[in-house]
Amino acid sequence: MSPILQLKGITKQFPGVLANDHINLTLNKGEILALLGENGAGKTTLMNILYGLYQPDEGEILVNDQRITVLSPTDAINAGIGMVHQHFMLIPVFTVTENVMLGAEPVKAGCFLDRQKTAAKIMEISKQYKLEVNPDEYIKDLSVGVQQRVEIIKLLYRQAEILIFDEPTAVLTPQESDELFVIMRSLTKQGKSIIFITHKLREVLEVADRIMVIRRGAVVGEANPKDADRNKLAEMMVGREVNLVVEKEVKKPGDIVLSVNDLVVADQFKQVVVDHVSFDVHAGQILGIAGVQGNGQTELVEAITGLRKSVSGHVTFMGNDITNKSPRAITELGAAHVPEDRQADGLVLPFPVAENLVLCTYYNQPFAKGVILQYDKILENSEKLVKDFDIRTPSSLTSVGSLSGGNQQKVIIARELSRPIKLLVASQPTRGLDVGSIEYIHKRIVQKRDEGCAVLLVSPELDEVIELSDRIAVMYRGKIIAVVNADDVTKESLGLLMAGIVPEKIEMKAGGKKVVETTF
Amino acid sequence: MTASTTTIQRVKISEISQNRKIITGIVEIIVAIFIYVVFASKVASDAITTFVMTPGGITVGKMANWIVPSQLALIILAILSLLIGIFQIIKGFGKATNGVIGLVFLFFIFSFLTWQASGKSLNLAGMLSSAVQFAVPITLGAFSGILCERAGVVNIAIEGMMLMSAMLGSLMGSIFNSAWLGLLFGVTGAVLLAALHAVLSIKYKIDQIISGTVINIFSTGMTAFISQKFLQVYQELNNPPMLSRFEIPLLSKIPLAGPIFFNTNLFVYIMIALLIILQVALFSTRWGLRMRSVGEHPKAADTLGINVIKTRYMAVLLGGIVAGLAGAFYTIGSVGRFDEGMTGGKGFIGLAAMIFGNYNPVGALGAGILFGFADSLGTKLSLLGSSIPSELMSTAPYLITMIVLAGFVGKGHVPAADGVPYEKE
Repeated sequence: MSPILQLKGITKQFPGVLANDHINLTLNKGEILALLGENGAGKTTLMNILYGLYQPDEGEILVNDQRITVLSPTDAINAGIGMVHQHFMLIPVFTVTENVMLGAEPVKAGCFLDRQKTAAKIMEISKQYKLEVNPDEYIKDLSVGVQQRVEIIKLLYRQAEILIFDEPTAVLTPQESDELFVIMRSLTKQGKSIIFITHKLREVLEVADRIMVIRRGAVVGEANPKDADRNKLAEMMVGREVNLVVEKEVKKPGDIVLSVNDLVVADQFKQVVVDHVSFDVHAGQILGIAGVQGNGQTELVEAITGLRKSVSGHVTFMGNDITNKSPRAITELGAAHVPEDRQADGLVLPFPVAENLVLCTYYNQPFAKGVILQYDKILENSEKLVKDFDIRTPSSLTSVGSLSGGNQQKVIIARELSRPIKLLVASQPTRGLDVGSIEYIHKRIVQKRDEGCAVLLVSPELDEVIELSDRIAVMYRGKIIAVVNADDVTKESLGLLMAGIVPEKIEMKAGGKKVVETTF
Repeated sequence: MTASTTTIQRVKISEISQNRKIITGIVEIIVAIFIYVVFASKVASDAITTFVMTPGGITVGKMANWIVPSQLALIILAILSLLIGIFQIIKGFGKATNGVIGLVFLFFIFSFLTWQASGKSLNLAGMLSSAVQFAVPITLGAFSGILCERAGVVNIAIEGMMLMSAMLGSLMGSIFNSAWLGLLFGVTGAVLLAALHAVLSIKYKIDQIISGTVINIFSTGMTAFISQKFLQVYQELNNPPMLSRFEIPLLSKIPLAGPIFFNTNLFVYIMIALLIILQVALFSTRWGLRMRSVGEHPKAADTLGINVIKTRYMAVLLGGIVAGLAGAFYTIGSVGRFDEGMTGGKGFIGLAAMIFGNYNPVGALGAGILFGFADSLGTKLSLLGSSIPSELMSTAPYLITMIVLAGFVGKGHVPAADGVPYEKE
């Protein structure tokens, strides 16, 4: 049988980057093909070409041996190609029905929307593929997992035969991911074909029928999940040997450094997003906060670092009450913050590396004398840090915005860790980075802990939290629903906790009470 | 493994905060005291206020006059406001709080009129009728805004489009001696300005506020120039025929509503027709769904094969047509001649009505009539020989706009991609 989809010699050049370099790809009917590669390897570009969002410079696309030209998403839809985007293409204030029908609306009496007809069709699809969803609900009221189902239904409603999933698990809990894999299996069983884009090795091995690895815009190899192993795949992906395990020795934690007491924080809509949270972080200890994104972690970190006012409760740092203090006051006490969004909150992108490296100390000796900045000292400092932290930049005067994500993050890490600090608040420190940079940043964080610094690590990546942390607090809908020892917890039970399911055997005290004891 | 699902619901820090609840209550009680002290106690105990319920010069759909004993009515209104205020402080009205504030506000306005007209007669229906007339350009301006902003283009150039249309309506109407041709040219002028705004903000992605401001300045200057050079010099160029009043059979016989809504000029009918068409089109047709999707999440619309750029052009041009109608109302529907700057910022108040009406045609009409009422109140009171200076009263519509925008805005849903140019990466 001939393959359902063939890409031949697809090439796409962006200014300065060859995003796709003569890529060939074949997809057989009823299979799940995993496209594995690091961020920026060119996976998404390739799929955007297939979906008509970009035009290739060279190459051709064949569906069922028929050459097609895809100038717009409409062409792709007509050719039976559908895509579940990494960032959902759903309109929050529309209902499920409206989102599904948009662009292919059935009408009655010539011009009026036929919502019932679409709703009935949704129910039918929902039954056939076990995608449970209520057509009348608004998207903004649905959980992320259900929103993703709506995205899938959108494709099936348009009778797509080839489904592209772009990093579909990035926003899901492990359990939701498993559910998604079941759905993907049931889709292929009913004759659909799937391209699954990811950079997570575990998922590829679990769900794919065939694996294709892409590096720097080119195909570097294919593998069969049955006889491939994690390290081999990682090596193919990165192009060198990678140490996937963080090495760290057991340490005895010291005194309490950061203490959060009954903290309540609201978001801009006055919704309580951090709900009576209490915990302590000790010197020489990494406390990991696990949880699916959007469960209050962002606001918690902002409240601790002084970026957001809390409603009630206290934050104490080294015995000082820092509740609702200014970020500068908190920083000067010896706290460091690696923010979640490095480009928006961590750096001033048009400023040079050297200036970004003194953003929290520029007004002090030796970088300033009175109101005058001492550029020789600032540059000296920069040269030293660039070397120490292995920041790959043409010079200290290059603007940070032109560096790669990994090197931008290293600038922040260098700035924050080079100061004498007693607390490090790291929020998603490795988000969107390549395996090499992740490895480096993990090493640095563990090193800081070994020096006796208290570390609060927030990350939605379960692997990262488990490997780095000494203790793990799980956040769900604004509450800390459990605190566990990193060594005696399994990934599965953490996953359940992240979904808000508290197994009986994990002791739990929620709401208002102290949940962290120091039982080392 | 047995697992128990914990359901932790997100709590909102109460919809109406405690402070707000008490302040609202206190304001309502102050209104009650004000009605009693300032209005009720100053009225002679036997004075009577007569409200005429048929606008002047109307013969169909008459309604009997409404005669109220002034002091008794004022005392009742004061007591009602007081009770509402006390209830507000003790228990609160929850979700109905804003509606109740509106009601107390209505009591206040009615008390004010009763006091002002005690011992005299006041044509309430005439006032409402003129409120609707004043509401026409505001509401049409709001409709124009809704069309543009629901598709994601901020349009503050409505004022300029209205002014241009008013001028062209008068000039061309006079030249061709036809109100209809005046209307046609007026609308065309506004559409051309809308096209300019569309090209600048959609194609060239210029900041939409700047583009709108430029168009407003251009319009003000251009119309002033033509007015000074031609319209004022050759008076016959500024004397267009007008679209006169005509009755709608049957509907015009309804008491009160008939004379106000169904025995008036074309522009009021256009406003009502547009209200229905827009409300249905926006929320129940393919066109409306697609247009709203473009204003909310253009990328999502694009991935489903909807032409974002085309949809936005369409919306801005349609908005131009509606703004043109709003402007032409001044010269060929209401005044019969063009004066410099005669739109007096009503295009901007239209935008306020759009926001206050939560980007819904029905809401915009409500807000438009509220602002129109403020206008007509100002005019009426200066005629009644009120003790309040008429200059002060004429600021009422703007004051009310400010109070409304400061106090109520921020709760509605603004189209998510409003004012953001669409770029295909």
